[in-house]
Amino acid sequence: MIRTIDITVITETIRDMCIEANHYLSEDMKQAIQTALDSEKSELGKKILNQLQENLKIADNETIPICQDTGMAVVFMEIGQDVHFEGGNLEEAVNEGVRQGYTEGYLRKSVVNDPILRENTKDNTPAVIHYSIVPGAQVKITFAPKGFGSENMSRIFMLKPADGIEGVKEAILTAVSDAGPNACPPMVVGVGIGGDFEKAAIMAKQALTRELNKRSSIPYVRDLEEEMLAKINGLGIGPGGLGGTCTALGVNINTYPTHIAGLPVAVNICCHVNRHTVRTL
Amino acid sequence: MDKYITTPITEAVTAELKSGDYVYLNGTIYVARDAAHKRMTEALDRGEELPIEIKDATIYYMGPSPAREGRAIGSAGPTTASRMDKYAPRLLDLGEKAMIGKGKRTKEVIDAMKRNKAVYFAAVGGAGALLSKCIVKSETVCYEDLGAEAILKLEVENFPVIVVIDRDGNNLYETAIKEYRTL
Repeated sequence: MIRTIDITVITETIRDMCIEANHYLSEDMKQAIQTALDSEKSELGKKILNQLQENLKIADNETIPICQDTGMAVVFMEIGQDVHFEGGNLEEAVNEGVRQGYTEGYLRKSVVNDPILRENTKDNTPAVIHYSIVPGAQVKITFAPKGFGSENMSRIFMLKPADGIEGVKEAILTAVSDAGPNACPPMVVGVGIGGDFEKAAIMAKQALTRELNKRSSIPYVRDLEEEMLAKINGLGIGPGGLGGTCTALGVNINTYPTHIAGLPVAVNICCHVNRHTVRTL
Repeated sequence: MDKYITTPITEAVTAELKSGDYVYLNGTIYVARDAAHKRMTEALDRGEELPIEIKDATIYYMGPSPAREGRAIGSAGPTTASRMDKYAPRLLDLGEKAMIGKGKRTKEVIDAMKRNKAVYFAAVGGAGALLSKCIVKSETVCYEDLGAEAILKLEVENFPVIVVIDRDGNNLYETAIKEYRTL
């Protein structure tokens, strides 16, 4: 049975998600910041975490974006194979939603039209859109605006199979250590292991949208997530990079089968403003 | 140690600022980031004057979100300072005394800071809503066509920053991490 969805619904949904994601963090993120505050040993670190909580309250009460870098619009669309869109072009509908959301929501326009020519598009388009076709007749949209302070510190490592899990651990620690204060710690660390070059990177980004209180269902991956969180917090970087025991709020790892010759590892770093919102149509 | 200081930040002021001090800034500061720094450097290359008074100036590396009606500014937290590293030594040599941003600086910038008795402050990254409350006035100075990257002149009240690198080159990013590192 084919379900028809009017394209204007996509535009309206994306517009609302742009505004929502940039003003309110999800509950799991708020809880993670509170947990960090409860355990932080540095006085300056505690002071910074308190400021982050105060910042979230002001953003919510006064409708000021949590961070001035309201990000490049990253959209994951899981489209049921029984869905048919009518009334226009899907990609244009998403970009129109971004255009309306960033303009009507007083969000910063941070996108340039070309990586070398660099002229601001003045409406934050285009978005980065990842489509996947899934069974069913629903459309699940995950909107995750990404700031570039942390994006710039993200890394991809093409390890050798012989490097194994120890190589993966070293890669994650290297990326986080190099990121240090630049990535606005406490960070959230998204990791993609396996697949190929681009699959690892997309998995790492997707991992950032998983709730922080949900661990991987694969036993060794779950253990790795917990071990890496403890190790990262032992780096001493701390809130704001000014020293402390809380450097990361969470480590989420996604995996995928890979080639006999490879072990790709992508580390996508996000700051404490790990914004994402999900809607199902 | 908490300190309250008022701009302009002169050599006499930077003499009192030590790495790790918590400082509340008051007065006038300028805002410039990547594209504005590039344009200022190009202006200097052509032998032109800078569009701002650089002597004893404080430059905040920031690109705000748009202000809603009745507000001075939108969300206004610091951006990563390292992207300005290529341009900063030249401005420091011309008299810039303080920079506000977040993240590491290169040796070239730190050398220029020592040479010119300047300081580097960090504001808390990702606290743009909170920091916007300490900005009471904002006006565009130039490069309006750059949008969020235009040069602004701000009036700030008790704007909270931390001295990360002082004029002797002491660097809190390096010293504080060692204190808490267990790995």
